[in-house]
Amino acid sequence: MSGTFLGMPSLPVFGIGNLHEHEPFPKAARRELGNPQLRANLGHATRTIRDKRLAVVSELPDWEELREAGRAIKESVMARLPELLEEFEANFTARGGTIHWARDAGEANRIVAALIRDQGATEVVKVKSMATQEIGLNEYLEEQGIAAFETDLAELIVQLDHDKPSHILVPAIHKNRSQVRDIFLREMEGVDPELTNEPARLAAAARAHLRRKFLSAKVAVSGANFALADSGTLAVVESEGNGRMCLTLPETLITVMGVEKLLPGWEDLEVFMQLLPRSSTGERMNPYTSLWTGVTADDGPQNVHLVLLDNGRSAALADEMGRSALHCIRCSACMNVCPVYERTGGHAYGSTYPGPIGAILSPLLTGITAEENNSLPYASSLCGACYDACPVKINIPDILVHLRGEDVDSKRDKRGKRGRERLPSQMDLGMKAASWALSSGKNLGLVEKALPLGRLAAGPDRKITKLPGIAAGWTQSRDIPAPPGQTFRQWWDKEHQAPAAGPGAGAAPAAGTEAPGPKENP
Amino acid sequence: MNARADILDRIRSALRDAPAVPEVPRDYRRASELGEEELIELLTDRLLDYKANVFVEEAAAVPQRLAVLLEGTGRYAVPHGLDQALFAEADAHDAGSGRRVTDGPGHRLSVDELDGIDAVVTGSAVAVAETGTIILDAGPDQGRRVISLVPDRHICIVSAGDITAILPEALRRLDGTRPQTWISGPSATSDIELERVEGVHGPRTLDVVIVRG
Repeated sequence: MSGTFLGMPSLPVFGIGNLHEHEPFPKAARRELGNPQLRANLGHATRTIRDKRLAVVSELPDWEELREAGRAIKESVMARLPELLEEFEANFTARGGTIHWARDAGEANRIVAALIRDQGATEVVKVKSMATQEIGLNEYLEEQGIAAFETDLAELIVQLDHDKPSHILVPAIHKNRSQVRDIFLREMEGVDPELTNEPARLAAAARAHLRRKFLSAKVAVSGANFALADSGTLAVVESEGNGRMCLTLPETLITVMGVEKLLPGWEDLEVFMQLLPRSSTGERMNPYTSLWTGVTADDGPQNVHLVLLDNGRSAALADEMGRSALHCIRCSACMNVCPVYERTGGHAYGSTYPGPIGAILSPLLTGITAEENNSLPYASSLCGACYDACPVKINIPDILVHLRGEDVDSKRDKRGKRGRERLPSQMDLGMKAASWALSSGKNLGLVEKALPLGRLAAGPDRKITKLPGIAAGWTQSRDIPAPPGQTFRQWWDKEHQAPAAGPGAGAAPAAGTEAPGPKENP
Repeated sequence: MNARADILDRIRSALRDAPAVPEVPRDYRRASELGEEELIELLTDRLLDYKANVFVEEAAAVPQRLAVLLEGTGRYAVPHGLDQALFAEADAHDAGSGRRVTDGPGHRLSVDELDGIDAVVTGSAVAVAETGTIILDAGPDQGRRVISLVPDRHICIVSAGDITAILPEALRRLDGTRPQTWISGPSATSDIELERVEGVHGPRTLDVVIVRG
């Protein structure tokens, strides 16, 4: 067994590519929230998919058992990853495929471009793939003079509109049917000028547009949903048939896949092929799934390659608290149920991976200090809906909290490294103060004596809208109501004074001794 | 160091805490007890939900059904391993088998030829009633993957004996290393406002003939 590491532990090597938030999430979110059309489109689409998912998930009596099996399989894959990769490689190679290893996005892009050039091709057809989106393959190929045609309908919409995907399953979820028609009319060569906004007509236009491309393509590039270690088999799950076209017709097939996509064997596929379709499009089964094992004589591509991609996955794996983010099967259920995603949309997250899973996966792949990725773990109310929806039970809220801690620690380390005497931060001081105040009732009572100051700060509108220092983050998106005139302790003390004031003192409450509440606060 | 060694090294280093390999609980459903009629009923219901057309026939009635389905169709492709007797009725209507094109080791249809063909008739390896899924594994009665992909209409024959209730039962009957296509209805997309519409790049019409055993 090759599972034991005996060498020197190496520092994690993080990923690069389209994995970054370029401005703090609150700033990006504020801008996206200003687009009422976007919010209407997202609200409609996520409501539709949530209802569909719930209906097909509640049909299965063993849904929870499947989730638990899925979780355990993924956990065992991560624990056995080196040996499973070697096993997969041996089987895939024995069946006529060629494996390439890519440390990061740049290396993967160079490998793919070289393979395409070897075939003398200047264009390729593509099946929707998150891995190639992550490494920015299309942009790189364009620089190299190779045209990459996206063939998934939503990817096609995004590509024609020179836009960016905003959802991992439905990249054009932020566009409604009329916007799609306008994009087709503007960008699609030879399109019927009478095209309506009916989804069926739009799908037919995409079919006509891509038909020749499919039938004449020499090279296709795909991702993979699953890879089976014990046989070297790859699987692609799709709906439209564009996947089948790309995986069957061209002579050369190049697949790019993250190292974490492995499953141990055939028996495991039955679990994931029940979990994935119901969680992602809310269907009992997706229209098409293709499986191929290396090269099959006389059937499909005869020149078959697989690029195994690290790009920060090993770094995510090194984080014991965060590594289960690598269990993700890219179903998108977490974003469809997320109250934050539903309102801000995917562009606000900057990275290829938006929504709750993106908020943990992106900083895990790039490191918490990369660009503005440290703002992503805060893009959540920690409501837990994502955890409930996740088909492989990734505890996203726990990992969000863990990464918030990493963020705070990284800021502390940064100051230390400058070589100056380390000054305690506002956060440190605040935490220290809180720990003193909350350590005894007496201390807390002393602190509460300062309540009238809060009422003063609130002013006549009885709202605190701006706190100083780091506490400003709290009031950025909410007001604090003015504190009450007296604390519970003060009220209790008055209410339970010894009846020494004379007979009848307890019968008629003196002014100001009722329970504190909004109405008696003058 | 080469990339392979580098990556494997990084992963081993990431796992230096030696996480435990958990036991996988397999207490989800792995077998079922539906009878043939129930299986046919369930599969039919699911396929209709996907907007496929479904015809349930006794074995003797299949040639007649195929003749009716192929009426008004131009040329159609069949894999060499599919029983040619199934087309006796269709041939009788045609006065000859001029419309039928066979794909086999002796004659491989090119992609362009297939693009000029209206329909394809194939068998299938196994079906899953609960999910409305038909699995093709490129057996002799199903042919190369390309022939059931390029023509716009797929007429697929499913033997009642090949229908299982749930996915784990179906996968146990298959060899994972054969090229497979799992088909659940005609091609479809949910990419516009997450509403499903049928008919994109794959066959836009799926006719399923279920043959009672």
